[in-house]
Amino acid sequence: MKELLQQLREAALKAILNADDAELEALRVRYLGKKGELTAILRQMGKLSAEERPAMGQLANQLRAEIEKAIDERRGELQKILLERKLERETLDVTLPGEKPKLGHKHPMYNVLDQIKDIFIGMGFEIVDGTEVELADYNFTKLNIDEGHPSREWTDTFYFTEDSRVLLRTQTSGMQIHAMETRKLPIRIIAPGRVYRKDEVDATHSPMFHQIEGMVIDKGVTMSDLKATLNLVVEKIYGEGTVTRFRPHHFPFTEPSCEMDIQCHKCGGKGCPTCKGEGWIEVLGAGMVHPKVLQGCGIDPDEYSGWAFGMGLERLAMGEYKINDLRLIFENDVRFLEQF
Amino acid sequence: MNLSRKWLNEFVDLPLDEYGDKAFAEAITVSGSKVEVTEDLSKTIRNVKVGRILSLEKHPDSDHMLVAQIDAGGEKPVQICTGAWNVHEGDLVPAALDGALLPNGVEIRAGQLRGVESSGMLCSLKELDANVHDFPYGEIVAAALLNDYHAIDPKKPSLPAGLRGGEKLFGSVVAAEVEKVENAGVNRWRIALAGGAETLTNCQNIHAGDLVAYDTAKDHICTLADLHAEQKEFPHCIPDGILILHEDCKPGDDMGVLLGRDDHVVEFEITPNRPDCLCVIGLAREAAVTFGKELKLHEPVVEAKAGGSITEMAKIVIEDAALCPRYTARMVKNVKIAPSPAWMRERIRNAGMRPINNLVDITNYVMLEYGQPMHAFDFSCVKDGEIHVRTAREGESIRTLDGTDRPLSPSMLCICDTEKPVAVAGVMGGENSEIVGDTAMVLFESACFNGPSVRRTATALGMRTDASSRFEKGLDAEGTLRAVNRACELVELLGAGEVVEGVIDVFPGKKPQTTLKLEPEKVNALLGTEIDEATMRRILLELGFGLEGDTILVPSWRGDVEHYSDIAEEVARFYGYNEIPTRFTGSISTAGGYTPLQRFERRIGELCRSMGLDEIITYSFISPSFYDKIRWPQDDPRRDSLKILNPLGEDTSIMRTTILPSMLEILSRNYNYRNKQAALYEIGRIYLKRPDGLANEPKVVSLGAYGPEMSFFTLKGWVEALLEDLGAARPHFEAEKNNPSYHPGRCARVFVNGLEIGVFGQIHPQVAANYGVDAELYCAELSFDALLSVRAGVPVFRPLPRFPSTSRDIAVVCDREIPVGEMVETILAAGGEYLKDCKPFDVYTGSHVAEGKKSVAFSLTMRSDDQTLTDEHAEETVTRVLTALASRFNAGLR
Repeated sequence: MKELLQQLREAALKAILNADDAELEALRVRYLGKKGELTAILRQMGKLSAEERPAMGQLANQLRAEIEKAIDERRGELQKILLERKLERETLDVTLPGEKPKLGHKHPMYNVLDQIKDIFIGMGFEIVDGTEVELADYNFTKLNIDEGHPSREWTDTFYFTEDSRVLLRTQTSGMQIHAMETRKLPIRIIAPGRVYRKDEVDATHSPMFHQIEGMVIDKGVTMSDLKATLNLVVEKIYGEGTVTRFRPHHFPFTEPSCEMDIQCHKCGGKGCPTCKGEGWIEVLGAGMVHPKVLQGCGIDPDEYSGWAFGMGLERLAMGEYKINDLRLIFENDVRFLEQF
Repeated sequence: MNLSRKWLNEFVDLPLDEYGDKAFAEAITVSGSKVEVTEDLSKTIRNVKVGRILSLEKHPDSDHMLVAQIDAGGEKPVQICTGAWNVHEGDLVPAALDGALLPNGVEIRAGQLRGVESSGMLCSLKELDANVHDFPYGEIVAAALLNDYHAIDPKKPSLPAGLRGGEKLFGSVVAAEVEKVENAGVNRWRIALAGGAETLTNCQNIHAGDLVAYDTAKDHICTLADLHAEQKEFPHCIPDGILILHEDCKPGDDMGVLLGRDDHVVEFEITPNRPDCLCVIGLAREAAVTFGKELKLHEPVVEAKAGGSITEMAKIVIEDAALCPRYTARMVKNVKIAPSPAWMRERIRNAGMRPINNLVDITNYVMLEYGQPMHAFDFSCVKDGEIHVRTAREGESIRTLDGTDRPLSPSMLCICDTEKPVAVAGVMGGENSEIVGDTAMVLFESACFNGPSVRRTATALGMRTDASSRFEKGLDAEGTLRAVNRACELVELLGAGEVVEGVIDVFPGKKPQTTLKLEPEKVNALLGTEIDEATMRRILLELGFGLEGDTILVPSWRGDVEHYSDIAEEVARFYGYNEIPTRFTGSISTAGGYTPLQRFERRIGELCRSMGLDEIITYSFISPSFYDKIRWPQDDPRRDSLKILNPLGEDTSIMRTTILPSMLEILSRNYNYRNKQAALYEIGRIYLKRPDGLANEPKVVSLGAYGPEMSFFTLKGWVEALLEDLGAARPHFEAEKNNPSYHPGRCARVFVNGLEIGVFGQIHPQVAANYGVDAELYCAELSFDALLSVRAGVPVFRPLPRFPSTSRDIAVVCDREIPVGEMVETILAAGGEYLKDCKPFDVYTGSHVAEGKKSVAFSLTMRSDDQTLTDEHAEETVTRVLTALASRFNAGLR
């Protein structure tokens, strides 16, 4: 009997080793099934002596376990091969292009605007919004721009009334007045928005464009503050270590007034076509809020002082993205918009 | 403003080699006078020398070229070929030598001309970038040389072949051979003719051996004009040629220096509050303080030795003192009009103006030097010797110096005699009183006019002149007298006439001197500095301010200084803006941050982009005709727009009351650019009239798209997704058949809780056609404020479902007209607590469905929150749904 078991073991293990998936099941039935060969041998156990029986039973059980294990292993092996074949069949050319979802794009100018808003928000500023159809009072008079000033001419400003009372704002500076008249002190605001001037459309002009106004009114505010804040802002826009300079300028509603330049990043100040040989690129106008303007808004210039700045958004965006023609900004060609 | 550094040096000692262009520009820019660009004029010309013509010979291989030996200051003469015939032995000429650079950018190299060595080029005025105004004696007159005659029609020559001296041409004109040519002064030549006759001529192209046409009656050598000949008949007898120099110069002198190009010209951008810097002295003052140098000013001295007195000869009346605060005049007799001297022409040229003649140049020179525009009248043309400064009368007109007739309006200030205008005040003189060659008496005007008035007049007449652009900024009324005296001083210096004793000075608009208090602590408080008082005083004194104790006396030319903050700027400019410390001195006591509204707007933008839409920015103004393009009825009240009274053009003449045309324009543009698809959004304003003349400016969320993937339901999906993200309650959609801009069968209005959010759909094909688009366009116009008001607050967490859901599909048959959306709303309302969702998934008409009916299939999702849904519950729900559909829409199970 022992020999019989030995023969069966060898035959079964050999058959299992080369069986495929279907054969494996047939082998299991053949050897281990109820009518299988092992069962057949075990039926003969009765012929054995009581002493031999346990040992033989143990041997037979071991054999059963061994065959089952061999079948499982073989099955595992087969599955592995199958999987490998499947994976091979599924292989893709991963260099073929992906299926991109269509992404929307923010207008490049508002990209830059949002960047600037974030900078000022981080410095404790708020953003205020105003209307574009404006009174001459706010656009000019209260900003210390007198009746005869050239910017008030009908050749420069769009008007809605014959008496030049209502107009399209030509600058966001009127927001300074609105803020001073309506907000509680201290004030830290920026006011971005559309402004309008009577300029024909060309590569650098548009009858509608955008400005960002900024203003701080508080006790003890000085030109030192103005410089410190704007230096910080400019470093955030143009990168750390950007060299700046301030030079005197003229705005009717600030005194002293200045313009701020950054050193040309292309030539490092030596002078090149980008900076028109000057070594510097103008970025904004600013100044201390004119005491007359403060007074006009009911703020005591002996107690409070302030500074303000204004910058053109289009030029900033054009500089940032190297856009060479302002018309592209308002043309809204998707081939343009989708570059940013 | 162009500043010659050489001229500047007359007032401030700033030699070019010590104060180079870059250092000069940097320093004076940061002190407030912005330098735009500096041009080194010496770099525009190189190796062009004064040469003397030692000899002239005919070129062996050319019928018109001459070979000249030139003494250009070198050891050996230089040989140069020239085609110009106006040169003679002994002339001083500009000779561009080998390697020379001319102002027009041309480089000259030695070479050969028809086999003859030519080591350079002799230059004409044009080649030196100059004209007869720069060198008044440089005008060239050419005689008709009969030996240069070329018949137009060889068969019918106007002159016989083989013409010889002595033969009669016509009338008193005979052909004459030239025997000898002798110089007889500047552009004067004594010509000896064969046969003994001698004559004087100003024709410069005559040489011994030439055959000329001599008018014996007039004793005159004929020009082409005299012979009524055409240029091509005498191709080489042209009124052009080499510039013959009559300057104080010698062979070898540098032509660049002679042309005044040994100078650097600095172009400044002067801000409108500083008209005092629009002149050499004004900038010199700034430069002196900037560089810590002495300002050397000069008080004009006039001898006025001519007899008589101006007060006996002329009368000046200012009729409108508001427009003319001051009028100062002086008189010059026995005027001798001539070119002005080289130094004056040079300075005028380098300042960017053109020399004309001594009198005109003097007025321009004074304007450039003192900033005071002047005018010179031919006094004989001023009727009755009276000047009336008044506004023009209705119907008056004047022909200005540029030869244009200009109608005048009663708002325009004019300088008139007793009868007529003789100049437009501060803008331009009249031709009727122009200085001409035989002008004998000149009245110099040095006046102050109202700035805005001059500006408006100049703009209305369309002529902005050097004078008007200065006057319009408001000039210093105190400066007129010094300027007119300077002009008279120059008249005497140049010998241009005799100055008459006395001045007429009418000054109704004299202003008191502005005084301010010096408050150093206030200045420092504004600047954030600790500048000491002594420094402040020094800066102010150097700038020409007076100081009496703590009182600052503001100089008359500084009309811009009227407040302590202006004093702070003066101090800061010269202390140095860049020396002001950079530190935060105020308190940072505001929290800042975006408002909820601003965050909401940002969110809408983010959502649009997440759906693949690109942001656009469109003009706020449109054309009234755009309302026609979107098919708004003529009587639509929304057409009532704010109208710009002075628009750039029709297309930008009214403020939009709808954003639709703006979006359509951009869609159409992209379509015309052959972009396959576009999906765009804008959060823009519309402008609605208010009774007070101002506008309500609500924002509109504008969506627009076209392309192969676009359909009504894509667009609707965007609208639904937007509303869903905002947490709005379930929207209700209604078909809109009457919006003229949209397809009547593909347009919907959307509501949330009864509030209208907006309208969307396919654009009416006729509207698309109006925009030149033959494709389907889709647009949505959603009210920003409405979106804001239906937005939910912070979302509240709902527990995730713990029990599985089950779904049932039902198909019902109903009338075809019934909107599925209403059926969905009915189902959801009727379904009860277990019905969580209802999605229509199929709408069918055709066979097996009766005429006029449709079959609609819905998928119902049901779930219980506290147990696994039983079949009974599901059946109950379906039954409720079917009952509701049957009673409301008469719809039955298919």
